[in-house]
Amino acid sequence: MSFKRKTLAAAIALALAAPLGAQAADSAELAQIHDEIRQMRQTYEARIASLEARLKQAETDARQAGSKADAAVSQAREAAATAAQPAPAHGGDNISAFNPGVSLILSGLYSNLSQDPAGYRITGFHLPSSVMGDVRPQRGFSLGESELGISANVDQLFYGAMNFSIHPDDTVSTEEAFIQTTTLPQGLTLKAGRFFSGIGYLNAQHAHTWDFVDAPLAYQAFLGGQFNNDGVQMRWLAPTDTFLEVGAELGRGANYPGTGRDKNGSGASALYAHLGGDVGASNSWLAGLSVLATSPQDRQWDDIDSAGATVTNSFTGNSRLWIADGVWKWAPNGDAHNTNFKLQGEYLRRVEDGSLTYNAVTPGAYSATQSGWYVQGVYQFMPYWRAGLRTERLDAGNVDYGVNNANLLRPDYAPSRNALMVDYNPSEFSRVRLQFAQDKSRQDVSDNQIFLQYQMSLGAHGAHNF
Amino acid sequence: MSNGILKFVFAAVLGSFAVPAFAALNILACEPEWGALAQELGGDKVSVYNATNAFQDPHHVQAKPSLLARARGADMTVCTGSQLEIGWLPILLRQTGNPKIQPGKPGYFEATKYVRMLEVPSSVDRSLGDVHPGGNPHIQTDPRNIALVADALAKRLAEVDPANSAYYQGNYKVFAERWKAAMAKWEKEAAPLRGMAIVVHHKAFAYLENWLGLNEVAALEPKPGVEPTSGHLAEVLAQLQRQPAKAVIRATYNDARASEWLAERAKIPVVVVPFTVGGSDRAKDLFGLFDDTVQRLLSALK
Repeated sequence: MSFKRKTLAAAIALALAAPLGAQAADSAELAQIHDEIRQMRQTYEARIASLEARLKQAETDARQAGSKADAAVSQAREAAATAAQPAPAHGGDNISAFNPGVSLILSGLYSNLSQDPAGYRITGFHLPSSVMGDVRPQRGFSLGESELGISANVDQLFYGAMNFSIHPDDTVSTEEAFIQTTTLPQGLTLKAGRFFSGIGYLNAQHAHTWDFVDAPLAYQAFLGGQFNNDGVQMRWLAPTDTFLEVGAELGRGANYPGTGRDKNGSGASALYAHLGGDVGASNSWLAGLSVLATSPQDRQWDDIDSAGATVTNSFTGNSRLWIADGVWKWAPNGDAHNTNFKLQGEYLRRVEDGSLTYNAVTPGAYSATQSGWYVQGVYQFMPYWRAGLRTERLDAGNVDYGVNNANLLRPDYAPSRNALMVDYNPSEFSRVRLQFAQDKSRQDVSDNQIFLQYQMSLGAHGAHNF
Repeated sequence: MSNGILKFVFAAVLGSFAVPAFAALNILACEPEWGALAQELGGDKVSVYNATNAFQDPHHVQAKPSLLARARGADMTVCTGSQLEIGWLPILLRQTGNPKIQPGKPGYFEATKYVRMLEVPSSVDRSLGDVHPGGNPHIQTDPRNIALVADALAKRLAEVDPANSAYYQGNYKVFAERWKAAMAKWEKEAAPLRGMAIVVHHKAFAYLENWLGLNEVAALEPKPGVEPTSGHLAEVLAQLQRQPAKAVIRATYNDARASEWLAERAKIPVVVVPFTVGGSDRAKDLFGLFDDTVQRLLSALK
């Protein structure tokens, strides 16, 4: 093609040059020039034609050679088959070949609250001030929890992972940093380090996989949002076709509902069992029962006493939290791509007893049995689009302050919250969510909340739990 | 009386936890085509459980409790690899802690390791959609690949279960002969398909096209794994005015709307290929899969 273009360019150049000479030249000269151009064109066209023919021949040859080569390759493969393993995707001498998988979660949030979050509390539930900081909503723009995760197999025996969380106030915390065995026999898995406890359904899941912007009220009230622990975890998967998993954990228990401690031994223990399976091709379910026992020492919180004064109380004793959880997922023929539905609910019940020190001076007995639950349904009504509804309620239950009953309030109030969300997930790596909620955590206050959130995932493709 | 009820309940509970048979080699197949192949080669020495069915997009399966339970008891997993199962298989391997099926062990088998991969990207970037760094993972649409994988799988079965290695090799020989004859038949039948211009829903047919010489002119998904948009469909329709195609092809699990929309306007038929074993009534096994695929494609030419 480019030859034709060059011929044309040459002809045009000549044609342009010709008139300049033509002024001085006679018609014979002009005829001679025309003749030369014609000759030139003919030569070029002949050459192009021969080149085109040769090209065509070469193409046919190449195609034949290619198909011959293909045939040879497939023959060779069929004959020698799998004797030779292909080289790894990364060059063996490439130092980055062993780099762990890195995943980054970017999240941002805009919140519009009808009530001042400064006065936020969950009436009847005593949360330490550090936990309040995590649980209290923020107004305006903020960086949602962005996460950096690094993971890889350590060697033939261990897998390791670490997860940093960057909080809106620019602090960084280590959510998880653990090692885990990959090859223990008999369905056993041992994990050690810092990790989200396997209690309940939602606890072990990272915030970016939640179906709502915030954790359920019951998780906030009893676990400060999510419970992670430094310690060891042993899980056993039964050798049955029905999924049955039993787990046990021992740990430091430094986080709420536990407290930091300086002692040998363990400050938190957990035990749980999960059972799950399929119903036909379209339904899957998972249900579990868990218990978390901690022994908080001098767990402090700010409160307002019966005289209206701000006081600091503390609790030392035993805390036992029971969780019953259930999840049901439906997808036509098990293909969740177009439509699917997820129904999820958990019931948490906490029993605490020990001693309570009122305003740092007056000790007394303390016992409390409190509970809470949430139920949520999330429906993907078309590819990329999901809508969800969550309803939840806490029960302040029976609280006995012993000798301090006269000093401390025991409000007869059941905190509740309802939330509606719609999210758009253009790929499995990105999500934009709008959530409306009516939050009645505070007695006699109704906070109308609007959240707009994005959550994006970069890097290594993190597979998600059920 | 109450004793009887107790016994009944006890039996029912035990029954629901039926322990998988110990005699057979337990195989967890990630996709039905590999389940079918393992069954052909393993015969009654294996017990195969398919993690997915033909109506499920293997990219988007969840690490369901039932799959965790099956992975726990598996002596071997037979999967496609090339990151097709990356959204769920790593969880099965890590959570079950089953040492037999960890990568690198004989019990971990990836079919894509034994065939020549097509569409291997020179660079990967998620803005390009769901691209697989190892190449297009849908290798099962070319029976020549099935033959290569069959050979590798027979050897692997013998490695995992040496006591029955002669049995597996025997089954492989029988299968390979039958398969060779069947391929010759399909290739003869499919001769008229050579050069046939097609539109595909997902770029899932690279190997089928390579085998039969089909000419893919467009895909309904604007990028792999991205749902067809009305704008992109209109572009494809306009393209078909200039460069007509004979049919729109989609797998059983692909949503029908996009292909139906285009087919109606471009006045070409939709061919729903079974894509894997179980994807149609006739695709009962691997032979039926290709019998049906070739026949359905041929019917579009009529």
